[in-house]
Amino acid sequence: MNRIGLLNKLWEFQNKFGYISENAIAQIAQKLSVSKIEIEGVVSFYHFFHRQPTGKYLIYLNNSIVSEFKGFQQIKAAFEKETGCTFGSYDENPLFSLFETSCIGLSDQEPAALINFYPFTHLTPEKVKTIIQQLKNGNSLSFISSNPTSKIQYIPADNKTIFFRKYEMGIALKKLKNHTPNEILNLISVANLEGRGGAFFPTAKKWKSCKQSDSVKKYIICNADEGEPGTFKDKSLLNNLPGLIIEGMIVAAYITGATNGFIYLRAEYSYLLEKIENTLREFQTNNLLGNDILGIPKFNFNIQIQVGAGAYVCGEELALIESLEGKRGEPRIKKYFPTEYGYLGYSTIVNNVETFAMASRIIELGTNFISTIGTKESKGTKVLSISGDVAKPGIYEIEWGMTVKEILHLCQATSPYFVQISGPSGICINNTEFDRKICKEDLICGGSIMVFNNFRSITKILENYTQFFKEESCGICTPCRAGNQILHEKIKKIKKGICTAQDLEEIKEWGKIMKLTSRCGLGHFSANTLVMALDKFEGYFNQKIIKANENLNVEFDMEAAVYNYDSLIKDTQ
Amino acid sequence: MKNCSFKIDGRVCTAEKGLNLIEAAKQNGVFIPTLCHFKHLYPLGTCRVCTIKLNGKSAAGCTVHVADGMDIEVNTPELLDTRKAILEMMFVEGNHFCPSCEKSGDCPMQNLGYETGIKYTRFPHLFIDRITDARPKRIVVNQNRCIKCRRCIEEVKTFDGYKVFYSVNKGNKTMVSIDYEQEAKLSELQAAHAMQICPTGSILVKGKSFSKPFGDRLFDAVNEEKMLPVNGLKKHRTTAKKKIVATTSLAGCFGCHMSMLDVDLGILDLFEVIEFNKSPLTDIKNFTKHCDIGLVEGGCCNTHNIEVLREFRKNCDILVSVGECAIWGGLPAMRNTFPLEECLKESYLDSMTSEENETIIPNHEDIPKILNKVYANHEIVKIDHHIPGCPPDANHIWNVVKHILFQEEYSIMHPKYKYD
Ligand SMILES: Cc1cc2nc3c(=O)[nH]c(=O)nc-3n(C[C@H](O)[C@H](O)[C@H](O)COP(=O)(O)O)c2cc1C
Ligand code: SF4
Ligand code: SF4
Ligand code: SF4
Ligand code: FES
Repeated sequence: MNRIGLLNKLWEFQNKFGYISENAIAQIAQKLSVSKIEIEGVVSFYHFFHRQPTGKYLIYLNNSIVSEFKGFQQIKAAFEKETGCTFGSYDENPLFSLFETSCIGLSDQEPAALINFYPFTHLTPEKVKTIIQQLKNGNSLSFISSNPTSKIQYIPADNKTIFFRKYEMGIALKKLKNHTPNEILNLISVANLEGRGGAFFPTAKKWKSCKQSDSVKKYIICNADEGEPGTFKDKSLLNNLPGLIIEGMIVAAYITGATNGFIYLRAEYSYLLEKIENTLREFQTNNLLGNDILGIPKFNFNIQIQVGAGAYVCGEELALIESLEGKRGEPRIKKYFPTEYGYLGYSTIVNNVETFAMASRIIELGTNFISTIGTKESKGTKVLSISGDVAKPGIYEIEWGMTVKEILHLCQATSPYFVQISGPSGICINNTEFDRKICKEDLICGGSIMVFNNFRSITKILENYTQFFKEESCGICTPCRAGNQILHEKIKKIKKGICTAQDLEEIKEWGKIMKLTSRCGLGHFSANTLVMALDKFEGYFNQKIIKANENLNVEFDMEAAVYNYDSLIKDTQ
Repeated sequence: MKNCSFKIDGRVCTAEKGLNLIEAAKQNGVFIPTLCHFKHLYPLGTCRVCTIKLNGKSAAGCTVHVADGMDIEVNTPELLDTRKAILEMMFVEGNHFCPSCEKSGDCPMQNLGYETGIKYTRFPHLFIDRITDARPKRIVVNQNRCIKCRRCIEEVKTFDGYKVFYSVNKGNKTMVSIDYEQEAKLSELQAAHAMQICPTGSILVKGKSFSKPFGDRLFDAVNEEKMLPVNGLKKHRTTAKKKIVATTSLAGCFGCHMSMLDVDLGILDLFEVIEFNKSPLTDIKNFTKHCDIGLVEGGCCNTHNIEVLREFRKNCDILVSVGECAIWGGLPAMRNTFPLEECLKESYLDSMTSEENETIIPNHEDIPKILNKVYANHEIVKIDHHIPGCPPDANHIWNVVKHILFQEEYSIMHPKYKYD
């Protein structure tokens, strides 16, 4: 065993024994010749690894904001009632263990949970009761679990659909034979493909840099860690068009000369593993993976799947690479691009699932076709995952340039009020902005839209986000680790109704400090929505604040401050 | 070796190409604060206290290597304040009770607090319960003080190459833990080295702490000549000849009051220009006049403290928090990491001297109620100025008062600026 296999080794123990024991850690540490604390550090970073025994059924209930609004609390109570266990604690129950988890990519079917990584969606207290009863009766999970497929609610007209059109294996790859790597790279460049993982970095530039690198080995990594709450568009691509994504990776390999690839799949999507593995096998049988692919001499490329273990930050490319190397998923300092110094120090390409899929379609359909679709700066279509207060949640393939209003109309949003674009790390918009267009020129969107109606508490939304960042920060740098905790204290003040205009000003200033000083994107953007909401929903917050007396800061809550003492005296009398 | 030319705050500088910016800046007379930076290591870039701007984009200075044409900003007002804020975050995230810390005076983090002029933190203290682990053989790890800089992770290894420290957990629960088995292999020298490289008082060697007396500590005498100007104080203008001062001790130990008296005969000169109203020094119990300035020692741990503080706010034009307890809770706030119930039960019901069913938790309508935690004064009322120290130096206190009341230009000697 070597270090890069560490995550898989830990999964073996976790799956076999339900936890990773002291003994297991000692064994692994000895084999790797590292201290035990180092292994413990890795284990404790990922929240699907447990250090204490768990029950036969591990239940992970999603606590994202969409779930919270769709009845998370009742479902949580129902699970506790039916199993007799408590969330987050290691009870002695041999059957069940309950944990909360951040978004599991089923926002269109909330409340949802994973039981031993089998999906259970549209939960109600009655349904929970039945599920637990069935499990107690020994029914098999594969038999009783739900279908996690997200409904594709909308695709553009035939001549404008790019992703969700007909696909056959090799549809893009067959074009490789007659074109040199440079010609293929040129197509990507002409189509102006930009990364779909949220940063919109020009893909051709990234691939060119890898192509030009004299690294003796090169790697292609598909980032399928989709952890941004409210996002499930990569899941739908992986589920519906795994081949298309794999072809995109093969195209990248053809261009750069890379010989190995990884799909870093978040553990929450484990139920897609079999399908992706089968597709990979088919590709191998058809000589589309392996050696001398398509009969092109020395065109060798293989793909492996690495399953994550529960850490949002591992979606950040430099953290993902660390994780692949069997380490804690902490983003490296931004000294080098992955194409300069990536996986194990070799030149590495990391791209989003949708980016690879799009690359395949560009090769297949040609740049002329793509260039007729979208806006001047955003060519083609975009896959969106839409959830929240809409009648038709699910997957939408839209042409770039569609307005928010049109989208809200399509998904039948009810009284939309607070709309979150690109997840908590993205931005929020209010109803004066619904005419904005989804495209680079106006409102760029990474792939998720969460709609909240005017009955939803904005404070609740923001608290949920901050809580998420507070827990999912990798913890390596001060402003993100401490900053998100500090901001949470401020939100608690808003909730208590003892917040002044000064507090809101401070939130803005402190958010700016976090943005300026954090090490990676998580810290840069974690205060973004909160700060933005203060201005965009000024009316709401004006009602929330109280006016402080000139001299006394009257916001002090005396009642709360003596509550503990009063109740203790009452109890001990 | 090739030199390169770059700009720091508009000034042309030169240094060896590829040199770490922290060193390069130093060679050019520019100081960039650092904590995790450890010159021979691959930059850790964890603490972010060295944040600068490179060609307009913010970056951690310790991760930058100088090259021709770089345009670097270091000492803009925004960056100075940002770096100060990062340090303040460290103070509120941990539990830094400097007056009772073994590293005090030798602590690079504390010294940076002085350098950046932190008097109080803009952020609320989090008071998270953190452990002090004395199980290792030679070392005690006090998690209250660890800033997760990771120097120890990179630097402390056993002879056979095993790491002794490593990060565990993630998010707000991240901490740097110790491996008992590996720690036991450390030599005395290696353990001392671990304590030395830790920029806080988190790693202590058993039996080695408090080895140096006050005055001989690493940062006691640095910048002896340097004067720290006190700026931005709210000035007070009255025409009255004698100014009226009130003082009080809330949840404090009277140490700050003792320190006020430490001007010795200087107090007689003071009496020429000020008179005391409500104060333990005069034993005047109630305000008889409106006062120009109120000096408050101690924070608020009970309802009476809050009443007194509010009364002070009402009766004093300028209100000053004197000492660490007043500023953020100080030593009494050590209880803030425990639930009130535990504290009271421990002291009144379960203590060694209490007899079962004989003792109660004191309560009566005439005695104040204990608050759920100790509050900083600025959480209760508006405070105009903070004087750090535990206790602050006598001259520091009175110079601030004179500065506020008589507009005397005033600065404090660097070695007098202390949190302990
Ligand atoms: C905190 C954080 C989380 C991220 N999560 C993801 C993710 O889940 N999937 C993804 O493709 N990119 C994610 N990214 C962006 C990646 O760092 C990287 O930009 C992307 O994978 C590059 O691929 P692209 O150019 O095809 O978009 C994340 C970035 C940050 C800062
Ligand atoms: S910003 Fe947050 S997630 Fe990113 S490196 Fe810093 S602590 Fe880790
Ligand atoms: S001396 Fe340093 S480590 Fe100790 S409490 Fe003060 S700042 Fe923290
Ligand atoms: S123990 Fe000291 S050296 Fe180690 S991370 Fe904490 S503060 Fe840094
Ligand atoms: S000194 Fe640069 S990040 Fe710590």
